[in-house]
Amino acid sequence: MRKILIANRGEIALRIINTCKYLGIETIAVFSDADKDLPYVKEADYAFRIGEPPVQKSYLNSGVILEIATRENADAIHPGYGFLSENATFAREVMENGLIFIGPSPDTIEAMGDKIIARETMKRAGVPVVPGSGGGVSTLEEAIALAEEIGFPVMLKASGGGGGIGMVRCENEQALSKQYDSTKSRAKAYFGSDQVFVEKFIKEARHIEVQIFGDQHGNIVHLFERDCSIQRRHQKVVEEAPSPSLSDQGRARLYQTAISAAKAVDYTNAGTVEFIVDSEENFYFLEMNTRLQVEHPVTESITGLDLVKWQILVASGERLPLLQEEIKASNVAMEFRLYAEDPVTYFPSPGTLTAFHWDVNSRVRVDTGYQEGNTVTPFYDPMIAKIITSGKNREEAIAEARRFFEGLSMVGIKSNVPLFKEILKEEIFLSGDYSTSYLESIKKNAIK
Amino acid sequence: MKKITAAMAGTVLNVLVNVGDEIMAGQEVMMIESMKMEIPVESAAPGKVSEIKVNIGDFVNEADELIILE
Repeated sequence: MRKILIANRGEIALRIINTCKYLGIETIAVFSDADKDLPYVKEADYAFRIGEPPVQKSYLNSGVILEIATRENADAIHPGYGFLSENATFAREVMENGLIFIGPSPDTIEAMGDKIIARETMKRAGVPVVPGSGGGVSTLEEAIALAEEIGFPVMLKASGGGGGIGMVRCENEQALSKQYDSTKSRAKAYFGSDQVFVEKFIKEARHIEVQIFGDQHGNIVHLFERDCSIQRRHQKVVEEAPSPSLSDQGRARLYQTAISAAKAVDYTNAGTVEFIVDSEENFYFLEMNTRLQVEHPVTESITGLDLVKWQILVASGERLPLLQEEIKASNVAMEFRLYAEDPVTYFPSPGTLTAFHWDVNSRVRVDTGYQEGNTVTPFYDPMIAKIITSGKNREEAIAEARRFFEGLSMVGIKSNVPLFKEILKEEIFLSGDYSTSYLESIKKNAIK
Repeated sequence: MKKITAAMAGTVLNVLVNVGDEIMAGQEVMMIESMKMEIPVESAAPGKVSEIKVNIGDFVNEADELIILE
């Protein structure tokens, strides 16, 4: 591969450019009018405007992106995460144009993108799934009958959903009745399909995922787990590895199950198998993300590997660089997602970053798409940067994070830095014994 | 004539009222998705809905008119 088009923006575009530079591969960036001043546009070897700010007119406009890739003689397209990364039709079009799609096969993307098909596939492969509807539910009465059978509370989910959108927790029949129509219409507006299904809501659960990697020669490995239980609105805020609560036995079972899940779909390239783990370490398949994950730096930190480099090698047809027993993890790593939002209400806060700098001596990894003077616009997700800290143990990684946020200067927009400062001294977080309801349960009155 | 406008750019996810409805001040009339968050749009004043200017799935910019009240 000599030239890669990156069909994405912000921090992940920059992240991919960095690895390409290291490998001596040229990069093509694409940008909307809203992003023309962002660092990734300048860092790429070539950059082309693709349209107006709304995603339908820019980052989801596969026709324009493919046209540029073909015209500029790109060898491959890296989709990053979000946008077109889990769009099987796009992956097929890339291949039909004679280019390499840096990701799994379109068939895998398609099968795992439909949550109902993904559940069925995993069940057949012997992977435990959350108790719930086998297929979609077509009426409210059916949803209620099923919810009563598996027991409230339940999660009502859009089968085409993802990114924390299109799912709602229902405590009882009344809540389910109230949410049913609006969840369907929301799913229709957002994902183009109003199919929904019902799953049991697992209490006191942790969200733990396993990084997997496959090559085109049938080799599949895992790169350990990430604990992503600290969430707001079903979207991750803090991730860490290793999970602070799993027993070694539970951990081994989880890796084995993730490998079985990957084998069931002949997985190639980078992927993530997400599980819900209850307090007794029973775990259930949640979904499979067929792309590079936002929180991949946590895994890079504990393994010392470059996952984007692996993606490019595997997409070129090479074998995985390491065998399972050669992949080692040490240290503890944590990632904090810096969002442009109110730290208490989580309402987005777009605006201009009039100041954005931190201690230059800090050895913390900062993956950011913005620099001082840039504007965070309301068109895309609110993530400004990912702060990745590490240490020999949790205490060290936490101390490093505290120092970083104390030395961080960010002016012009509201951010969740005050929330991080609070979490970093909060007892339950420090103990590592937290569940997905953690952020709802802690007192917010101390956060300013 | 009173207008309900968008406080932020985003995509219309749901329209919760119909033309002819009498609505109260503070009532949720629409749901807009912006920056991966669902943001309810509330009416500042009571009134009767005379026109709905957007459809589900439309992208709206800040200050765009969403609903006209009589």
